[in-house]
Amino acid sequence: MALSRDQIAQRVAREIRDGFYVNLGIGIPTLVSNYVPEDMEVSLQSENGLLGMGPFPTEDEIDADLINAGKQTVTFNKGASIFSSAESFAMIRGGHVDLTVLGAFELDVQGNIASYMIPGKLIKGMGGAMDLVAGADNIIVTMMHADRHGNSKLLSKCTLPLTGVGCIKKVVTDLAYLEISEGKFHLIERAPGVSIEEILSKTQGELVVSGDIPEMTF
Amino acid sequence: MSGLNKLVGSYEEAMHGLEDGMSIIAGGFGLCGIPENLIAEIRNKGTKNLTIISNNAGVDDFGLGLLLQDRQVKKMVSSYVGENKLFEAQLLEGILEVELTPQGTLAEKMRAGGAGIPAFYTATGYGTEVAVGKETRQYGDRNYILEESITADFAIVKAWKADLHGNAIYRMTAQNFNPTAATAGKITVMEAEHIVEPGELDPAQIHTPGIYVNRLIQGDSEKRIEQRTTREAPEKS
Repeated sequence: MALSRDQIAQRVAREIRDGFYVNLGIGIPTLVSNYVPEDMEVSLQSENGLLGMGPFPTEDEIDADLINAGKQTVTFNKGASIFSSAESFAMIRGGHVDLTVLGAFELDVQGNIASYMIPGKLIKGMGGAMDLVAGADNIIVTMMHADRHGNSKLLSKCTLPLTGVGCIKKVVTDLAYLEISEGKFHLIERAPGVSIEEILSKTQGELVVSGDIPEMTF
Repeated sequence: MSGLNKLVGSYEEAMHGLEDGMSIIAGGFGLCGIPENLIAEIRNKGTKNLTIISNNAGVDDFGLGLLLQDRQVKKMVSSYVGENKLFEAQLLEGILEVELTPQGTLAEKMRAGGAGIPAFYTATGYGTEVAVGKETRQYGDRNYILEESITADFAIVKAWKADLHGNAIYRMTAQNFNPTAATAGKITVMEAEHIVEPGELDPAQIHTPGIYVNRLIQGDSEKRIEQRTTREAPEKS
């Protein structure tokens, strides 16, 4: 069975360590915050200028002056700090954020990522995504392995405009956890009940399958 | 105006000198912390062919979106413009230009502009469409692109509390681009929810020192919420 959105988030959360500062993108990455192990203390960074982001507010707590990078109303946790956009991206660009999780349209074997623009459709902009992929050393991409028609999104070369070059080393898809190095995808784990053949058939870029590939457990 | 007192008497006076074809840096992120009343004044004034440097372009009927309604904007320099249908229409019609700029690069362009630094190297955007036509340089094993800083004829920002000298504090994440934008205007105009006497704010808590602020005016904000997201209140035991 392919992983659900929540299971992808759950798998990503296993990469979190105690004391991490983490930036979560919009969509599946946001769900990762629901699976932070209870014995760990983690601080969420929101690039509009908030470190220590909390859950959505209750109706009574809503504050128009307190939002996240997705423009959603949020709260902050004890020990939070708030700062300017310039300061926020200094943290990001300066490599101070321990883990960044974001989505993508396409990835390729060189660690290139395309995530912000599909030509012919409306150009909305890259927001902070280019800064995040350029600044972080530890990035996990979450995405679907293939589109609805079965076309691979893990490619030998990205076809869409790039968000960053040579910056992605880890990806969790609905089918597998893979790493990228030396110009190849490497299969590390597979979703429960998903065969290596299926993953191979849906990975257009070169994929190395070495030894036994364990199934994820949930 | 006298001495260090930046208070002006009207919004008309606050935006005095803004002319067709000028550039404006605006603080705010989404609809959070935008200088609502100064934007309204620019709309009333009817100034055209403006270049606006702002992370976002507002929504159709609020924020900078209001300036699109009367086609006052020639060009937007922004990182994300996805919330605005009018923007989309004017872009497709070719009456509006957009220069998409990564959010961190946009913030740093303003910071550098205000700090007297003409350009800087950043890894952000290297190898992407953002890098087209820009100088590149390698430091260590990484590649960087040269980005030029930004200043503008006007900067418009929104503070929470300011004293008459323009020393200002922002509230929550309404800070965002505001303090950086405030440094990069030839004329910086600040609207503040609360204006107090000098001495009432703790000098060590000031986000924007008054030296950056040329004109100050009080403004009540509607503070429209773009994405109202909530959770259930926990049951009281």
